[in-house]
Amino acid sequence: MLGGVFHAAVLFLVAAGLQLVFGVQKILNLACGSFYALGAYAGVSAVNWALAAGAPPPIFPLVLVGAGLGLALVGPVIERLLRTIYDRDESFQLLLTFALVLMFEDVIRFVWGTAPHQLSSAYLVYGQLRVGGLVIPVYNLMGFLLARTRFGRIVRATAENRGMAEAMGVDVSRVYVRVFTLGVALGTVGGALVIPATAAVNEMGIDLIVEAFAVVVIGGLGSMRGAVAGALIVGIMRAVAVATYPEVEMLAIYVVVIAVLVLRPAGLFAKAAA
Amino acid sequence: MSLRLAVAAALGALALFPLAGRDYYATLMLPFFGYGIALLGLNLLFGTTGLLSFGHALFVALGAYTAAFLTSKLGVLDLEVILMAAAVAGAVIALPTGLLCVRYVRIYFGMLTLAFGMLFYSFLLKFYAVTGGDEGMRVLRPRLLGLAWTSFGKVEFLTGPFYYYSLAVLVLGAVVMWRIVRSPFGLGLRAIRENAGKAEFTGVDVRRYRLSAFVVAAVFGAVGGALLPIPTGLADPLLAYWTHSGNLVFMLLLGGFGNFFGPVLGAFVFIVLQDQVMSITQYWRFVFGAILAVVVVFFPQGLTGLLDRRQRAGT
Repeated sequence: MLGGVFHAAVLFLVAAGLQLVFGVQKILNLACGSFYALGAYAGVSAVNWALAAGAPPPIFPLVLVGAGLGLALVGPVIERLLRTIYDRDESFQLLLTFALVLMFEDVIRFVWGTAPHQLSSAYLVYGQLRVGGLVIPVYNLMGFLLARTRFGRIVRATAENRGMAEAMGVDVSRVYVRVFTLGVALGTVGGALVIPATAAVNEMGIDLIVEAFAVVVIGGLGSMRGAVAGALIVGIMRAVAVATYPEVEMLAIYVVVIAVLVLRPAGLFAKAAA
Repeated sequence: MSLRLAVAAALGALALFPLAGRDYYATLMLPFFGYGIALLGLNLLFGTTGLLSFGHALFVALGAYTAAFLTSKLGVLDLEVILMAAAVAGAVIALPTGLLCVRYVRIYFGMLTLAFGMLFYSFLLKFYAVTGGDEGMRVLRPRLLGLAWTSFGKVEFLTGPFYYYSLAVLVLGAVVMWRIVRSPFGLGLRAIRENAGKAEFTGVDVRRYRLSAFVVAAVFGAVGGALLPIPTGLADPLLAYWTHSGNLVFMLLLGGFGNFFGPVLGAFVFIVLQDQVMSITQYWRFVFGAILAVVVVFFPQGLTGLLDRRQRAGT
């Protein structure tokens, strides 16, 4: 059960990145799973490096978050590539992010190889609790950022009506860069935080993206509260299924996804207009 | 007509190819035939109707597992029966899933098809007793036209009778698809792609047309999928994984979805290129991702779009 909540917390981070980018830029980013995987590998490397440098264990969560945030620097570069097709059909945008998925898979293979990377097990459970706790402040921070700050107001205005925001003097392309980078950061930090619980493996990115999709569909595209609810549903359902009927683990998630898409296509928490 | 000439030349080259004695390249063509058929179906959905499916691999895997199930569990070895069964299985599964999927368009359609594909994938993976789980299922050598071809060795069989059989199925599939696309039904689908609202006003039953296109695409996917595992003798659950669906769309885009022969060309180029790149570097995914990115950004009409443009500029 605890594992389920932890998994839900990480899922929430990745799904939140997906939501943010979709909400503002209307791009469904398949590559968010790749960012997650990148974050995980970078997390292992960063902690091992910190360990070698003689850092005390209690700061490991900070090292992980730092590694995730540092990786978010790839965000602006990728946004630059995506910018070339903002005015194109969304099928093409989806395919371009699929191209990124393929490329990042091999980047990871090239840099870290095919063997799983893992921290020494001593920190596992200890880290899980602490790291799981980190997600609540992240959620609050996101809420504060989007609801209370000037940046948040601009982002929401752009998401609501791009043309109008532009007419009011908002530099939309700058907003896009920042939003996308924030989305990447959520993914990479999510990946870095998973490290105390599991090893980093090659397939983690493409496996997680389907789960993040499930979260987003269940919660409703573009909704932050929906991402929380969806992540909790998927995370806990997976934990329960693993404990009772391991055969139906993933099956159960997809059945819920399809049920939600059929009964409430806009998701459980979507605004009426979505 | 230069198109007719090009198709005839391509067909002739494919027919003569196994005689050149390069068995390796002849066997390389076998997956191309299977993918070509599957992509003809996918293009009816995307190129003609404007629905991007990210779950077409479901039907390819369904066809492959139909072949596996019939040959190794039921002892049915006639390929004609297997292909018919795959087509029926594709239609039977596509009807209910299609009913749900075609209620949505654009990104929701893509996500729902992806979810169904992954549902099938986890079924294949977890129900070990029926599907063999992650080890997959064996596919035995089928009988062609009622003959077992026992005097042929494995490579001889694959590059001989099976090669021509697959080629014939691809040609047959292309002819059928050509007629579908040129029919009033195909015209209705194109009208839906351009403007679903207007199509509805002119009397096209949009939802039924979309559903029919979905079912036809599924049948083509399953028939193509049934041919795929025969050379390797193994049906693998990864055939249903979402990245495989992504690769199918990749092939389609590479060849060009705006042209009837685009998907077939895309399958051909993808398979030959994959073979070549894999022999050079183990990081072929990176190369392919970069190729896909370039195609999406600069040549959204794919290879056939490129050829078209050049032809038009030349005349």
